[in-house]
Amino acid sequence: MSEQTPQRVPPSPTPDPSTRGFWEAAKQGKLLIGRNTKTGKTHYPPRPICPFDDEGEVEYVPASGDGTIYSFSVMRAKIPYAIAYVELAEGPRMMTNIVNCDFNALRVGQKVKLTFVPSEGDGQPVPMFTPA
Amino acid sequence: MSIRGKACIVGAYEHPTRKAEDKSTAQLHAEVALGALRDAGLTRKDVDGYFCAGDAPGMGPLSMADYLGLDRLRHVDSTDVGGCSYLLHVAHAAEAIALGKCSIALITLAGRPRSEGVATGTAPRAGNPAQPDVQFEYPYGAAIANMYAMCAMRHMYEYGTTSEQLAWIKVAASHHAQHNEHAMLRKVVTVEDVLNSPMVADPLHRLDCCVISDGGGALVVTKPEIARTLKRPIVTVRGAGEAVKHTMGGTIDLTYTGARFAGARAFEEAGVKPADIKYASIYDSFTITVLMQLEDLGFCEKGQGGKFVADGNLISGVGKLPFNTDGGGLCNNHPANRGGITKVIEAVRQLRGEAHPAVQVKNCDLALAHGTGGSLGTRHGSATLVLERE
Repeated sequence: MSEQTPQRVPPSPTPDPSTRGFWEAAKQGKLLIGRNTKTGKTHYPPRPICPFDDEGEVEYVPASGDGTIYSFSVMRAKIPYAIAYVELAEGPRMMTNIVNCDFNALRVGQKVKLTFVPSEGDGQPVPMFTPA
Repeated sequence: MSIRGKACIVGAYEHPTRKAEDKSTAQLHAEVALGALRDAGLTRKDVDGYFCAGDAPGMGPLSMADYLGLDRLRHVDSTDVGGCSYLLHVAHAAEAIALGKCSIALITLAGRPRSEGVATGTAPRAGNPAQPDVQFEYPYGAAIANMYAMCAMRHMYEYGTTSEQLAWIKVAASHHAQHNEHAMLRKVVTVEDVLNSPMVADPLHRLDCCVISDGGGALVVTKPEIARTLKRPIVTVRGAGEAVKHTMGGTIDLTYTGARFAGARAFEEAGVKPADIKYASIYDSFTITVLMQLEDLGFCEKGQGGKFVADGNLISGVGKLPFNTDGGGLCNNHPANRGGITKVIEAVRQLRGEAHPAVQVKNCDLALAHGTGGSLGTRHGSATLVLERE
């Protein structure tokens, strides 16, 4: 990892009434995913209505924070950054960034773990991943 | 009920401009509308159906109907599924015509992202916060290029696809663009040129990306009875299919596109198979877009797209499947950041025998046009048309 590389500061997310709980949990260091109380199937991003089944309620549960890189790309911008889909240990694939890493060493299938990065403005923590 | 044989494309026009600093977006829409109607031998007074998408300024068909002075409309449709909207509009126009809801439908696209300095592929767009995905994507710098790049990265991981194979798609497009006097990039490039161009978003290089251009295009669709009274060669809509694919609650699979479904539906309606197609217009926002769609449309097995596109197989007169003989979005034109209408226009040129002689496919009586709108890395629309010369 190059100490000289400036790290991109993410823009702040704009929560809506249905996601305030998600972003509040992020302030406590938790990544919430949706789980259907009847089927047990998990989804991401979490939403009050299960994207898979009409039956059952959605409860928001914390993910373990373990995952693997499903795919990624390094945007060769002024401040380069790595965008990725990380497959969580619980199943869902979530869009995220891989941070605190050597971009050239990133690989599909690589194990990563959850971290939080403060965003612009109010510093709302945003869930990201770093090599495990 | 099928739309097979129920509607014909009788007018097609692509604006020659690639940089329209002194024209408004509405003006470009109007110019392509008149161009397509002139091509068909019709006038604005004949139009009773109008189709446009998100690139039309103001309140879509209302603003444009007002500006154009269309006063006989009895059917409008502003379905917006991004860059493939206009292929879908052809299908929807055919449906409306088959049902008698309109008889002469006009479809327009125009825009000027080049003059407006839009960093189309590399600048993340904030979008509307009410859009449910924005807060889960925008903070991460989700743009267009890195979304398609993630598809390429996963495709390489699962199937061993290489950057050299992707580069062949650009090489083929450039071979065609050299003959198009309006194309933005007319220089023939090599695989090495593509690989040596700067990396934009790993593994996509600058030459894996389409151009950013101003301009537009328009189409006129009508029923066969009217088409036969006009002087242009008749291009009939033989089959159409559409599909939507998205992140599926976190189960997204980046290795395939909605073309898998849209294509199958279009082929079924048309009663033909991929091997019957003489020419294909394939949406080419990036090289990887073409490769994945070719697989999903059934031109080759899943995962074999890299081998299929290599060694000039997409070059007219050289390979088995001539594609994007106008140079496509990769070299010619990607007006309004939406390449759908130019895909139909070049297919119509091929079926009429009016493509540039150097790229005209011999006896081209059956063609396919396919588009993607939105982002393969998240959510997108897919639309396929099978067109035939009567």
